[in-house]
Amino acid sequence: MDPIVIIGTGLAGYGVARELRKLDRETPLHLITGDDAVSYSKPMLSNALASGKTADHLALASAEDMGRTLHAVVHSHTRVTALDIPGRRLRTERDEMPFGHLVLALGADPIRLSPEGDGAEHVRSVNDRGDYARFREAIAGKRHVTILGAGLIGCEFANDLRRAGYAVAVVDPAPQPLGRLLPPQAGAFLRQRLERSGVRFHFQCTAQRIDRDGARLAVTLSDGETLSTDCVLSAVGLRPRTNLAAAAGLGVGRGVRVDRCLRTSAEGVYALGDCAEVEGLVLPFVMPLMAAARALGATLAGRPTPALYPAMPVVVKTPDCPTVVCPPLAGSSGAWQETEGEEGVTSLLRDPAGRLLGFALCGDATAEKRRLAREIAPWLAAN
Amino acid sequence: MKRWVCIVCGFEYDEAAGLPDEGIDPGTRWEDIPEDWMCPECGVGKADFEMVEAA
Repeated sequence: MDPIVIIGTGLAGYGVARELRKLDRETPLHLITGDDAVSYSKPMLSNALASGKTADHLALASAEDMGRTLHAVVHSHTRVTALDIPGRRLRTERDEMPFGHLVLALGADPIRLSPEGDGAEHVRSVNDRGDYARFREAIAGKRHVTILGAGLIGCEFANDLRRAGYAVAVVDPAPQPLGRLLPPQAGAFLRQRLERSGVRFHFQCTAQRIDRDGARLAVTLSDGETLSTDCVLSAVGLRPRTNLAAAAGLGVGRGVRVDRCLRTSAEGVYALGDCAEVEGLVLPFVMPLMAAARALGATLAGRPTPALYPAMPVVVKTPDCPTVVCPPLAGSSGAWQETEGEEGVTSLLRDPAGRLLGFALCGDATAEKRRLAREIAPWLAAN
Repeated sequence: MKRWVCIVCGFEYDEAAGLPDEGIDPGTRWEDIPEDWMCPECGVGKADFEMVEAA
């Protein structure tokens, strides 16, 4: 039997492996990763401090445990250098590995800005558990952290660091947190609550220079202000890892292009998770990843199954202002209607016919998220 | 009554509260939730939940 090979051991790689093994315990299965193959949950990185967890606590299972549970060979610390699709094999730094079916679960890279100054090379990003361990070491015993980016990840880290007692500054070119994901009242509400918890925002700004200043860093903003900080964390966005796929001639857009059955342009080669563009959708969140993993697991077990995506709201883990966003699909146009109470904001986006296209909820309004999500047309419906 | 937490996203299921807007009545024990139920916030299955030990 030709083996199934999965590149990547994040939630996507291990997720599809687990779903496959529920249906097929026989077909040889290999997983390859450049990291230590320890299973962990990436969403938990941005609230680990408040939960009292270190990077070690975040480890769920070792490579050996995963190999045993999955009845699979897990190749850790192994980088894939090229895909030879006609030859049905991949090349690593040391070796070659044949495949019958190949799954790309490569994830995404943090986007890195390039400010001037000799401190720029000390800017950190946290995209996996290893990065997180290094980040925690870097801030141990320190006082002030500057976060570049007030998106989902930036706001979650800001809240987590504040709750752990750090002074936190957040820099973003947008006028409000979560940028265009929130209409103005919801954005103002979230901003106020996070400011009340002590987060210092610098909106409509970028970091022009980052200079070393003894053991600290000096961040010069485009508005002229200079921040003195112990650590700069970059959270400005993610770019799907498409190089391996592109070099092998697979169709690539913003992500590795796949159809709703997670099939790339090459037969027997699939992609899912943060690296994938599923019928035009790049959704770096767990819920669509799990829908894709279930569908692909069944497909690999011999039952071709399309992924179906209902509207899937995203929970922003900012305990000082619970927030849920359910953005409209690209190309939808509508009008926002915002209702503010003492303890929350409900913002609904409707089209001219009154259909709900999306929403944003803050504070106690988040209790409505499931009911509202059911009113929205599926993001990827059955054909 | 017990609480169960999703190890992937942190969502907590509280047996006393249930999940009424998903048709799970307050008081529904974990064992009585269907096996194909998914975490309402991230979509993982029951196998990815842990019981929270009372302090």
